[in-house]
Amino acid sequence: MKHLLSAGDLDRDQAITILDTAAELAALTDRSVKKLPTLRGRTVVNLFFEDSTRTRISFEVAAKRLSADVINFAAKGSSVSKGESLKDTALTLEAMGADAVVIRHNLSGAPHRLATAGWIGGSVVNAGDGTHEHPTQALLDAFTMRKHLRDGTGDLEGVRVGIVGDVLHSRVARSNVLLLRTLGAQVTLVAPPTLLPLGVETWPCDVSYDIDSVLPRLDAIMMLRVQGERMHDAYFPSALEYSRLYGLDSARMSTLPDHAVILHPGPMNRGMEISADVADSPRALMVEQVANGVSVRMAVLYLLLGGMKEND
Amino acid sequence: MDSSRTRIVLDDSDIARAIRRLSHEIVESAKGADELVILGIPTRGVALATRIRDAIADIEGHSVPTGALDITLYRDDLRLRPARALEPTSIPPEGIDDRIVVLVDDVLFSGRTVRAALDALNDIGRPRAVRLAVLVDRGHRELPIRPDFVGKNLPTAVGEQVRVSLVEIDGSDSVTIRDEESA
Amino acid sequence: MPIVLRGARPYGEDAADIVIADGLIVEIAPVGSASGEVIDCEGLVALPGFVDLHTHLREPGREDAETVESGSRAAALGGYTCVHAMANTSPVADTAGVVEQVWRLGERTGLVDVRPVGAVTVGLAGERMAEIGAMANSEAQVRVFSDDGKCVHDAALMRRALEYVKAFDGVVAQHAQEPRLTENAQMNEGILSGQLGLTGWPAVAEEAIIARDVLLAQHVDSRLHVCHVSTAGSVEVIRWAKSRGVNVTAEVCPHHLILTEDLVASYDPIYKVNPPLRTAADIEALRGALGDGTIDAIATDHAPHPHEDKDCEWGAAAFGMLGLETAFSIAMKTMIEPGLLDWRGLADRMSVAPARIGRVREQGHELAVGSIANIALVDPSATRVISSDRLASKSRNTPYASMELPGAVVHVLYGGNLTVRDGALA
Repeated sequence: MKHLLSAGDLDRDQAITILDTAAELAALTDRSVKKLPTLRGRTVVNLFFEDSTRTRISFEVAAKRLSADVINFAAKGSSVSKGESLKDTALTLEAMGADAVVIRHNLSGAPHRLATAGWIGGSVVNAGDGTHEHPTQALLDAFTMRKHLRDGTGDLEGVRVGIVGDVLHSRVARSNVLLLRTLGAQVTLVAPPTLLPLGVETWPCDVSYDIDSVLPRLDAIMMLRVQGERMHDAYFPSALEYSRLYGLDSARMSTLPDHAVILHPGPMNRGMEISADVADSPRALMVEQVANGVSVRMAVLYLLLGGMKEND
Repeated sequence: MDSSRTRIVLDDSDIARAIRRLSHEIVESAKGADELVILGIPTRGVALATRIRDAIADIEGHSVPTGALDITLYRDDLRLRPARALEPTSIPPEGIDDRIVVLVDDVLFSGRTVRAALDALNDIGRPRAVRLAVLVDRGHRELPIRPDFVGKNLPTAVGEQVRVSLVEIDGSDSVTIRDEESA
Repeated sequence: MPIVLRGARPYGEDAADIVIADGLIVEIAPVGSASGEVIDCEGLVALPGFVDLHTHLREPGREDAETVESGSRAAALGGYTCVHAMANTSPVADTAGVVEQVWRLGERTGLVDVRPVGAVTVGLAGERMAEIGAMANSEAQVRVFSDDGKCVHDAALMRRALEYVKAFDGVVAQHAQEPRLTENAQMNEGILSGQLGLTGWPAVAEEAIIARDVLLAQHVDSRLHVCHVSTAGSVEVIRWAKSRGVNVTAEVCPHHLILTEDLVASYDPIYKVNPPLRTAADIEALRGALGDGTIDAIATDHAPHPHEDKDCEWGAAAFGMLGLETAFSIAMKTMIEPGLLDWRGLADRMSVAPARIGRVREQGHELAVGSIANIALVDPSATRVISSDRLASKSRNTPYASMELPGAVVHVLYGGNLTVRDGALA
């Protein structure tokens, strides 16, 4: 495959290949010489139309550890903010010889368009588009869960994952539902009905409005960021009520099975969807998620630029 | 596969003898096994490395640190062929600094794999010396690389295929050559 | 010298010579019996020239996308002899001055009868009523008033507009879109919008406004026209209203008769349109309603956009697609071929009914002696592959590029003059 646009593009074998490759890369870069010569002479462009220092740095580190040349192209302070179109930006990058474009965009489908409109010839990696998808986040979440719940190998067959929060606006949730399903996990989405998309009942997962009934049977729980502004659009009455009904605090954490782990894609709203003591507890894997993000993105860049095998 | 065009050049007992001899030569050249680290190049090099470790243990009475060194990320043909999944790399906890590293592979052909392995080693540490042991040397080198220990020198045509089968991976031990026409 | 349409089949019925002189049909004679300037029409179906209730000609303001002249050419080639030019131009057609300007540009071009639509509210802002009376009494004689592109969502204002147009026998053509339910909406709301992460446009946002408006129209005993009906639920509401005697008419766009929301999965903005493409079930309901007359007319919502407004991300792209030059073929494929309409039915939905709704007295006449000769001659046996490069419109945003469609418009007469001959402008 040439592009990574949706977590749904990956079949089970491809997903496991990425996770396995990431595991090997994690071991290889856990040494004094962290750099590998693999993508020497290749150019990776980070094209960010939306602020996300964390994701951009993660991709940048990943590309640099594989010896690729990295160009950061951010909307702020560049021609993009002056109204240059995605097309013209793409043509410019193409002329510069980009082998891969990592794109973050506030509009759903922008990476898909970049990959299919014929503007560029390189690989396109979706680093988060609007309220659509964020496939490398789902991969790093799966990688993290696999490491803690399945000894870092194989798939996630039978793992029970709860995803709690603003599913409606969450690209992380969409990608996770697709990838976790592919890997055999059982996903339960937990949110107030206003923050679930229409048709969610057709998604390959369960849905609940009640976090407390779900917690005792989870192996992993993923708390999604909930923006306080949502309450102005009447998705819920107040931050306080949201936090009471859906926030993960230490009392709720104590009802999780002992082995269950806690994830959050970041950045966290402490006191909103997650309390400070839960965020800082040893069961919360946020820091590790960041580290795993680099390994997973290295694997994606390596496999895409090397032309990973197509689906049979 | 047309079996008439495939011939066996080494059978299981030939392979066993070759490994015993290789192991003796490795120990002799290193004047003992104390400084040795054996690293197999996946996939079949790792199985061969394990056998060599066991043979040296028989000879010397103790085990030599043994590991695996995947060279995929150091290959020079990454643009030419589909990316592949990585094989495990495992470096013994003793490390390789100031050790005599013996790289083990099944077939030595162009020499490009060994070149990649030398680059990979470079990023891991600084061995005192690096030696190369292969089960089969089939010639046709494209780089100035030569083996230190060879199980069997096998003159071949460029288009012929040399295939090493090992019990650990393939269920039986053999080395075969197949003509290019039947490939 | 009279024009003789030799061997044409009015409404697909028996072939005849249709004789035209002084802008009128003067004789319908046996084949081969009439003399004059003979145009071979063997095998062609003669229909009254099409009337479009919903065309965006973009002039004044966006002459890069379309002009009255280029839009008139596209219309003529599509078999039209009359188009209603929507009011959302720049400046907005909310004064007598602007509608007269558009009307004169149409007269000067002379290919079709260009009937300006007047805005309901000043600047389409939905706050104050525009000078409807001045536009109605202008040279343009506006009868259709619409804020198309925007919904007259203020119920009190809508009520007043419905009442006010009664004085001129006008009609309010409502773009039914509840604004709060469709903030930043990008596509039909459903399972697919959830998957694609595109903000959904619920059917109810259309249906709720239609329901409100038919009740308002009944309450004030006025005439309501519903633009581009796109959902099965809207059809039900309109059917219910008509059964109660409400004076409501409705139109459907060709694309809503054939294209489904599934095309959006490509994120190709060529499929971005307002109202959005809906589901196969909606298409079935719309075809049925157009067949049984619940929906009165086909209207193109011809919406030209320059290339750069479509060659971009979905969310950044403009809404709308071309329609004038493909409408007849889509109508043939979706209504004639499945037997939902016969040729007389098609003539009603594409000419007679829209002319009646727009109060255009010169259009939509029966093909009979004494009628004004606005005639489209179409070849039902032809097929053509649509190429965006061969359209007369200044814009290229057709969703049918490289599709093979049935039927072709061969000759068109507007006011007795040939505007199109052998598929090209005469």
